[in-house]
Amino acid sequence: MAILDILTLPDPALKQVSEAVTEFDDALRAFIADLEETRRNGPAAVGIAAPQVGYFKRVVIIDCSTTRKPVPNHGYLVLVNPEITHWEGYEPGREGCLSVPDYTGNVIRATRIHLVARDPNGEPLEFDMEGYEARAVQHEIDHLDGLLFVDRVVSRRTDLFKRKVYQKGGGS
Amino acid sequence: MTNNWYMLTLIGEDKPGIVAAVTQALFERGLNLGETSMLRLGGNFTIMMMVGGVQQEDELRAQLKPVIEAQGMRLHVDAIQGRLHEHVLPNIQVTVTGADRAGIVAQVTAALTDVGFNILDLESDVAGTAHKPVYIMQIAGVADAPIEKIEAALEALRKDGVDVNVNAVDTYIG
Ligand SMILES: [Zn+2]
Repeated sequence: MAILDILTLPDPALKQVSEAVTEFDDALRAFIADLEETRRNGPAAVGIAAPQVGYFKRVVIIDCSTTRKPVPNHGYLVLVNPEITHWEGYEPGREGCLSVPDYTGNVIRATRIHLVARDPNGEPLEFDMEGYEARAVQHEIDHLDGLLFVDRVVSRRTDLFKRKVYQKGGGS
Repeated sequence: MTNNWYMLTLIGEDKPGIVAAVTQALFERGLNLGETSMLRLGGNFTIMMMVGGVQQEDELRAQLKPVIEAQGMRLHVDAIQGRLHEHVLPNIQVTVTGADRAGIVAQVTAALTDVGFNILDLESDVAGTAHKPVYIMQIAGVADAPIEKIEAALEALRKDGVDVNVNAVDTYIG
């Protein structure tokens, strides 16, 4: 186990698109253990994506079970090759990122999603998610597609007066 | 090298090109921008920005005079501490919407102050039409008090077509 270095803005590698995982082997699982240790080390990190530590494979970890005010969630999740197959609704919410220290902003995300993925052994996973957990997955899949939340931040003023429909932001 | 920090306040009639002209003038004088807010308010363009540089205040004013005059703006300068990288995360958001009622901002913020709510950011606006204005205010801030206590403090203001909502802000970090 090891705590990995987190890439931060303006590292151009954060723009790189990650590749699908094809080998569900011990090397993958060892990396996932390091990624989780890195997430737990990060200040208040709820999620993390593999490319944030320079590993350009489609792996993310989220755990929405520890919010101050409890939210609907599926607990600690390792999602390999995650893909959102259905989006519904949109709402603003505040986000920050391990790769963009000391900055937060409001981002519009889909309220409800359907997600398919694999676990670290290659077994299929499927979830209906909402709210904060759906936001977590969308933020992390953006990383897999080389996107940062800073490119999606809206002002509260903009949000109120120019309600815009959430645009499918990659991942599939 | 940045020795001195100033808060510049610039106000003038809104027109295209103000930001470009002002920031170009700052750049040419070797001044750095810190945190800024630039916003159109009721036909005026307003700028508040942290600016850092080696200049003394008089020198800064003299250097900016041409661009300020060319843009038809007024300038106010305050020497400040350039405290960057000290963002405070809001944990509560309060939204007030409804009929434009005299004193509502004072009433809401007084109630928030009483429960120890510290305002980080307040935006208020008048939407709707001239005939039927709608007042919208969003306040983001920090409070140790539980959300129920903040809601209770604001409950009395929910009347005469004014709605007040209090929401926890759980910032997603990932
Ligand atoms: Zn992130």
